[in-house]
Amino acid sequence: MDHLPYIVAAYGLTVLVAGGFALDAWLRMGRARRRLAAIDPRAGR
Amino acid sequence: MDAPVSVVPAAEAPPRSLHRFANPGRFLRLSGRVLPWLAGAALVLTLVGLYWGLFVSPADWQQGDAVRIMYVHVPAAWLASAGYFSLAVCAVLSLVWRHPLADLAAAEIGPVGAGFAALCLATGSIWGKPMWGAWWVWDARLTSVLVLFFLYLGHIALIRAFDDPQRGYRAAAILALVGAVDLPVIKFSVDWWNTLHQPDSITLTGAPTMYIGMLYPLALCALGFSLGFGAIVVARMRAAVMERRIRGLLMARAQETDTQHSGMGAT
Repeated sequence: MDHLPYIVAAYGLTVLVAGGFALDAWLRMGRARRRLAAIDPRAGR
Repeated sequence: MDAPVSVVPAAEAPPRSLHRFANPGRFLRLSGRVLPWLAGAALVLTLVGLYWGLFVSPADWQQGDAVRIMYVHVPAAWLASAGYFSLAVCAVLSLVWRHPLADLAAAEIGPVGAGFAALCLATGSIWGKPMWGAWWVWDARLTSVLVLFFLYLGHIALIRAFDDPQRGYRAAAILALVGAVDLPVIKFSVDWWNTLHQPDSITLTGAPTMYIGMLYPLALCALGFSLGFGAIVVARMRAAVMERRIRGLLMARAQETDTQHSGMGAT
């Protein structure tokens, strides 16, 4: 498989970009939820 | 009984179905229910599509195994354009109907769309090296996607460029509308100009020119990536709505404290 390094690079980059955005969104959402619950427990539900 | 008469002229009346989701509480409730299903479906479809594309689908008779880059490059390219189209839709919703969530959605779509445009350019470049012998050529398709990437960056920069966020949103919405001209240029660049980039294998009007064993995993990947893009944007929007609510609560508390202090000072 001559093209293996190119395939690995393309798939690796995709996992990095898409996974990075997904992880960032998930962490940001959790952070906001915890902070909102701490400030106003009624609003955080 | 007479039908109720609206005081808003018909042309300016906002579409009610869209404004139902303008309430942040309703948006949080609805998106909270939809998000796990969206993310789960995206993950399953993408994993199945990528496995099929990597290990089951055949190599191309001309390109060999490098064709497998298509299963990540094409969905990234599709989402870069679709993301910008959704920015333009948000711009119309914001400028014409002043939909409160449209600006917020645009602010969250922009960085994700820019990421996918960059991914499209990078994976295209990685595909181009073994096929064309060059990482980059100033081909019409590649150049128009590069312009799209810069339009995304301009949109992100404009939103953050003003002290008054509303002015930033307005300027960014105008850029999103003007920049939408690039979308048909991207789509038809391979027909209008003699490009190194291959013409579209899948069109709305004609039958696909691709082998069915490659088409199915590509369709799965495209659907999975699209749902994933949607899930990321919805999650970012949920976070932004909650962050906005936190800022509002903190400001209200600060004003309350100020009022109490000034009241104590007066006595």
